[in-house]
Amino acid sequence: MSKNILLYSAILIFGLVAPFVFPAFKVQLSILCVLIVLATTWNIQGGEMGYNTFGNILFYGLGMYLCASVQVGMFFPLAEWTESGGEKTFVHTPAQFFQGMAVGLVVAAVVPTIVAGLIGYAILGLRGHYFAICTLGLGVAAGEISGGIEIIGAGQGFTTPPFPEVGGLEARGEFFYFLSFGALILTFVAVRAIYSTRFRLILNAIRDNEDKAEAMGIETMKYKIIGWMVSAFFCGLAGGIMGGLVGYIDSTDVAFDGREMGVFMVLMAILGGKGTLWGPVIGATVFHIFKEGFWTFFLGWQYVALGVLIVVIVIYFPEGIMGWLREKYPEKFGEVIDEKDRKAQVELK
Amino acid sequence: MDFMVFQYPMITVQACLDGLLLGILFALIAYGMALQWGVMNIINIAQGDLVILGGYIAYFMYLYGIHPAWGVIVSPIIMYFIGVGIYKLVINKVVDRDLFISILATFGISILFMQLMNFAFGADVVLANSGYGTTMLFDNNVTLPNSKIFSAVISIVFAICLVIYMKKSKLGRAIRATAQNARAAKILGVDTEKVYAATFGINAALCGVAGALISITFTIHPYMGLPYTIRSFMIVIVAGLGNLPGVAMSGMGLGVFEEFADYILGTEFRIGAVFLLLVLILVYRRFKLSRKREYLK
Repeated sequence: MSKNILLYSAILIFGLVAPFVFPAFKVQLSILCVLIVLATTWNIQGGEMGYNTFGNILFYGLGMYLCASVQVGMFFPLAEWTESGGEKTFVHTPAQFFQGMAVGLVVAAVVPTIVAGLIGYAILGLRGHYFAICTLGLGVAAGEISGGIEIIGAGQGFTTPPFPEVGGLEARGEFFYFLSFGALILTFVAVRAIYSTRFRLILNAIRDNEDKAEAMGIETMKYKIIGWMVSAFFCGLAGGIMGGLVGYIDSTDVAFDGREMGVFMVLMAILGGKGTLWGPVIGATVFHIFKEGFWTFFLGWQYVALGVLIVVIVIYFPEGIMGWLREKYPEKFGEVIDEKDRKAQVELK
Repeated sequence: MDFMVFQYPMITVQACLDGLLLGILFALIAYGMALQWGVMNIINIAQGDLVILGGYIAYFMYLYGIHPAWGVIVSPIIMYFIGVGIYKLVINKVVDRDLFISILATFGISILFMQLMNFAFGADVVLANSGYGTTMLFDNNVTLPNSKIFSAVISIVFAICLVIYMKKSKLGRAIRATAQNARAAKILGVDTEKVYAATFGINAALCGVAGALISITFTIHPYMGLPYTIRSFMIVIVAGLGNLPGVAMSGMGLGVFEEFADYILGTEFRIGAVFLLLVLILVYRRFKLSRKREYLK
């Protein structure tokens, strides 16, 4: 236990001092926080529940648009804002900016949760690959449809309010870093808390055999929907932060970016190890470092590299880093191998 | 929104005809999808990208002065070998595994192909001009490009040839046997590995034909693949695996739906409507089955 406390406080301290130690990497670190949030929440579906979704990008994009729309719409007419294309006709005062951001983030988290609850009953009744394809369709449909709606900028995109001029140039990066770091801490604590309850066992039961879980008297649908709502809450929050961080929202390239973010979250969770608490965190960190390192080398070829990476990870490394560690050091994971039993199994094979 | 469709009956006729001809093309792609799904139990997200690649082969023939209609012959031959290559490199490692693995792996292939095509052929929307002219019907109220009729006829010819090949030839029998029970087929001396490779190759060849026809009739662009995948997936789940008339019917139905969505909602919502329709169909079937305490498998 004391080891855990040491680890957590080390990470917390690192997180708090990181933007001052590595000021050049503030934006990268903020993106890393958002990626970890997305991978961790994807893991609730894909890893713990066995429902491989491509649709969590829906909540992410929804949160992004909602946060920015609320932030603008609270003080200025939204339609004129998008029409002006983010020119400085309307300027947020610092108070307006932070108020708008706060309200926007709350809306960005709450509305996707409600949406997840509403569509959950219909969508989560599907299983296996039907669920995967259905959510893929949902994500792309959301992108295509939001790309046709005028008031949020349609095809030209939506510029989020620029950061007010307080505290110099560094303030923007620090603000968004601490915002995303806060979201990361919130997500991790919440997910860790729900993983330590019966809820995780129920989700695992659904993954292993849903019919049997139902036969044992678990209302699987209820728990599936709750699980999805938890994911949607944090995805929406992450989306809202990311919208402000990027500063520009495009329907298919930033918000409902199934080709990038939508695949990244799946890939990060698989790379780290599905169905573990730390897997997605490790996976996201490794993936982000790899991506930033290689993206600059492969300038222009990054999608080719991404495609190869997906194929390689999925085919040769489906258990992920945590799965590999578990195979290698089972005793560290609290697994006791009965030598006699193992020998008997080997003989059977 | 534009309700011209209801005021002018000729637009309805136009949309229906366009939709039917387009739908036959979709059905051809969906047939390939059903084939590999039924035989190998994989869902290929890169289906649409194979279609687009086939289209670029015809387009390049057009650029070098060969009539693009010959692409219908050349493109499937090249695509067959590309398909077998993809099978040997990637697909044979995902055949016996979880379906999600195949979805994700082919998603990777799809991204790879998209970007490679973007590098090789540029990001412009292109089409191969066949120079077939147009037919006017009903006092010039309905225009029907001859290339669309050509593509529909060719698709039907290819589909019929394939059905006969599947019924009569030795390989076709082996493919059907493997689809029914891969293990039993193996015991009886069918080289399932070869059958799988051939199936994926045939699927890629069908995509090649469809792509060549699409490049003649419509336009192609490196990033336009995913909608074709979704369409074919939708057609297959509506029709069911191994139901060929059903595939043709639902393909044409989808084509007509798309044309009407295009007219009524506007072109910018066309792809969105297709994807939403997929979600709606799946949800509808889920509720229908849940009454019997069953679910889509």
